[in-house]
Amino acid sequence: MGSQGGWGQSKEFLDLVKSIGEARSKAEEDRIVLSEIETLKRRIADPDVPRRRMKEYIIRLVYVEMLGHDASFGYIHAVKMTHDDSLALKRTGYLAVTLFLNEDHDLIILIVNTIQKDLRSDNYLVVCAALTACCRLINEETIPAVLPQVVELLGHPKEAVRKKAVMALHRFYQRAPGSVSHLLSNFRKRLCDSDPGVMGATLCPLFDLITVDRSPYKDLVMSFVSILKQVAEKRLPKSYEYHQTPAPFIQIKLLKILALLGNGDKQASEQMYTILGDIFRKGESTSNIGNAILYQCICCVSSICPNTKLLEVAAETTSKFLKSDNHNLRYMGIDALGRLIKINPEIAEEHQLAVIDCLEDPDDTLKRKTFELLYKMTKSTNVEVIVDRMIEYMININDHHYKTEIASRCVELAEQYAPSNHWFIQTMNKVFEHAGDLVNVRVAHNLMRLIAEGFGDEDEGADSQLRSSAVDSYLRILGEPKLPSVFLQVICWVLGEYGTMDGKYSASYIIGRLCDVAEAHATDDTVKAYATTAIMKIFSFEIAAGKKLEMLPECQSLIDELSASHSTDLQQRAYELQALLGLDAHVVESVMPLDASCEDIEVDRSLSFLGSFVQQSLEKGARPYIPDNERSGMSHISNFRSQDPHEVSSHGLRFEAYELPKLALPSNTPISLVPPTDLVPVSEPTYARDIQPPPKVATSSDALSADIGVKLRLEGVQKKWGKPTYSSPAASSSSSTSQKTVNGVTHLDGVGTASAQTRDNLYDSRRQHVEVSAEKQKLAASLFGASSSKNEKKASSHKSIKGSTGNVEKSTTVVKTVASSESSKQGTSAPPPPDLLDLGEPAPESKPSIDPFQQLEGLLGPTPVQTTPESSVVAGPKAPDLMALYGDIPITNPSGSSTNPMVTNLYAANKNSQGATNVSTLKKGPNPQDSLEKDAIARQVGVTPSGKNPNLFRDLFG
Amino acid sequence: MGIRFVLLVNKQGQTRLAQYYEYLTLDERRALEGEIVRKCLARTEHQCSFVEHRNYKVVYRRYASLFFLVGVDNDENELAILEFIHLLVETMDRHFGNVCELDIMFHLEKAHFMLEEMVMNGCIVETNKQNILAPIQLMDKAS
Repeated sequence: MGSQGGWGQSKEFLDLVKSIGEARSKAEEDRIVLSEIETLKRRIADPDVPRRRMKEYIIRLVYVEMLGHDASFGYIHAVKMTHDDSLALKRTGYLAVTLFLNEDHDLIILIVNTIQKDLRSDNYLVVCAALTACCRLINEETIPAVLPQVVELLGHPKEAVRKKAVMALHRFYQRAPGSVSHLLSNFRKRLCDSDPGVMGATLCPLFDLITVDRSPYKDLVMSFVSILKQVAEKRLPKSYEYHQTPAPFIQIKLLKILALLGNGDKQASEQMYTILGDIFRKGESTSNIGNAILYQCICCVSSICPNTKLLEVAAETTSKFLKSDNHNLRYMGIDALGRLIKINPEIAEEHQLAVIDCLEDPDDTLKRKTFELLYKMTKSTNVEVIVDRMIEYMININDHHYKTEIASRCVELAEQYAPSNHWFIQTMNKVFEHAGDLVNVRVAHNLMRLIAEGFGDEDEGADSQLRSSAVDSYLRILGEPKLPSVFLQVICWVLGEYGTMDGKYSASYIIGRLCDVAEAHATDDTVKAYATTAIMKIFSFEIAAGKKLEMLPECQSLIDELSASHSTDLQQRAYELQALLGLDAHVVESVMPLDASCEDIEVDRSLSFLGSFVQQSLEKGARPYIPDNERSGMSHISNFRSQDPHEVSSHGLRFEAYELPKLALPSNTPISLVPPTDLVPVSEPTYARDIQPPPKVATSSDALSADIGVKLRLEGVQKKWGKPTYSSPAASSSSSTSQKTVNGVTHLDGVGTASAQTRDNLYDSRRQHVEVSAEKQKLAASLFGASSSKNEKKASSHKSIKGSTGNVEKSTTVVKTVASSESSKQGTSAPPPPDLLDLGEPAPESKPSIDPFQQLEGLLGPTPVQTTPESSVVAGPKAPDLMALYGDIPITNPSGSSTNPMVTNLYAANKNSQGATNVSTLKKGPNPQDSLEKDAIARQVGVTPSGKNPNLFRDLFG
Repeated sequence: MGIRFVLLVNKQGQTRLAQYYEYLTLDERRALEGEIVRKCLARTEHQCSFVEHRNYKVVYRRYASLFFLVGVDNDENELAILEFIHLLVETMDRHFGNVCELDIMFHLEKAHFMLEEMVMNGCIVETNKQNILAPIQLMDKAS
């Protein structure tokens, strides 16, 4: 429709688009854009450009920026365009501004006024445009300028406006939560908006709020559940369906919210079990969107308090994902498995081969996801295999971001689960060798400490064995080129401490190697410093042991070089080393004791060994020592004591700015009020400020009255979009779940042995056809643990589970029966739990006798028979827009159904991907005509499909 | 926040539409687009439609010569985003009729308007095609 609606654009614009479209290279594109910039600079500055032409220029500016060039010379014209009276121009102006400017740009100030004006417009499309702009252009400072109007628009008769007002408020909350904290109850109100679109949008801010703090929203659990139920039961208008799935994106959002609310809350979780079970049952695993919902269900089930039955279904669904040929599904399956094993680690066993397949898949995304899973399921029995795999993978990638992440994970796992110190050191060596510059320095220090402290138990033999194996490996590794600095520091330190300890290597050999290190890393002062100190240690150990050690020539030249170094630290170390060489064995031993890195160094803070010397001096008449802070201004001593150290040091040079004169303080408060008025020339801000308190009061009283309303209203929210028969099925289904859960629990007793076995068997038989290489199986065994040892553990753990579940089972059944009897009572007397209703807006309902939900039910209900009479009576006077909106459902339906198959076809084609081009010929019913028309227009315009880039004309679906 | 950006890029890596839901400077955008497009274009049809990049996850889908890329947070449902892309294309298709790359190029602002209706503050707010297209059709009529 759009393209046929006339290509009302100028030849120039069409040429531009054409040349960009046909550009062969980035360089060519850049050339086109640069000349376009020159043209635009000339044209746009012209004082009398026609308005329509100006719109085109603005879009050309958008192109310039989109293709990576600066279009700031035209920003002001985009800003000006927002003032235009024509909606199309205004909206283009707003669009361009949101694309060009961030909310803190200087030009935004010029738009705030326009937005304010547009928010008051009679044309709801203008209001919508302004609200969209609010979401992008209003910053913390300008929120007060538009806030009252936005809040007012929450009650606008047009649902599109209400929806956008909700989102504007959401944006303000994201930007500055404090600025709208008194308005949050509005989101609750909008949750029960009569329009499903508004309700769906409201889930976004509610999700954010619940993520931050879920406790205030616990009362909404039932409401969310009942909304989800209605959506899943297809009570929303058909236009909300996507490929026959009812409002999938709303369902997913709701499931996310429920996952948060049910986390760690048994009561809330129990309210969700039924609906989650329903969604699993309805779940359609043949389409992407169905699987998306199923996946979200698994996430929800694994987040809320566990329910055996649901977990089983979730595990089944996960295994379906994992066994799929579709890579995307396997990816989701791996993710889902990672969530489920947190609750029940044994689930992973069933899927070991699938996991290994994913791990060995050439697809990097899948591989990474699998590593994430392995990371989650690491324990001391499989840590070696997993970390080895991770390191192997780490070596082969060059994406720094991910390399860092995986290196730190290796370190974390190794530190947590290392089976032996020897293995730990070997592992750390590998990590340091390949990603040393990417890991935290702390890791290096940990490693040194581990080598120094050993196992911690009293087994000295093992410790020294560990150390000599470390020394061995480091001497070997030193041969490698390009070692990371951190790793070299560790090596130097270890060689210095333990290099000569077991007598395997001579002191001069170690010193020689250390000199090599210092020489090879001439630019790295830290490494040189570590090496020098290590050399010093070796020398002193030798001297202390009474051995004579010849100074190596390379060592002497190193010392000479360092004594003249620019770094004072290196100089000092060199001089210390030289001084040490001249001392006798006894002194050296106390200065550099052997293997004393773990000894505490005692510092005599009072310098008591100088006591006698001081005493002597005092006797000779010297003045007693006065502490630094008491030296001058003796009269203020008492003052100083009371003040903080910062003040005490104030006698030295002060580098911080002088404080502002205290006089300013009293006038401070008025000053803080002034800026808003500066920002916005109109006096609105102060108005906003004045007005803010009253709404607070109003909302709280609203809530109060609404609370009372809970008891008064007898209809459940569930009636909103559906038939009134909802509440009784709910009662019956909830009682049936109680039964099911009982079943589930009793079932659990047998699960450990019998069903797991059968599952294994099944899985095995399925796998029989596929030849599984022995190597893979070995890997699986090492990853998932040998089954024999596992069985024991399982049995024992199972016993304990049995015992505890026995009790739980009893108590839950009791609770359940109580609950079900309660709910069945509720079902009959029909007062639903507090929900959406309590917030139903009382204001717009001028006629209280008509229940708004009944209207809706008529309007939105799937039964067309009811629709016509009821809606014409009720909605006629009250909600004409609603009528209009939903009125055309029957009209659009046929077209919808006719397009749908095409779409699904296409979708299938898309899935098969390769065959897509072949299918395109099949699916085009009326389409060729369309494309012919398009081609004709294109030719007229001068863009020929036979041009350089025929792709431009390819049907996206083709 | 959910969705961080929506990008339309053709096979040659040329940007056809870009919408960011968080502010990035022109240089940052250029760099990001370059890196991501390189990554996605290098992938085969048999691989996942998801790519991790820095702290984003990019969900992409190819239609003829055009790639639709959506950058999301780590805890987003990738399959749902994949279908969101399809919904966007279906919506464009309903409006333009056999939508092709050139339609989007000639009517860049309209493609943006559709996206504006569907995504606000990085959240999917509207998935009803009628609701998405209604304001655009009204605007067409008025002008």
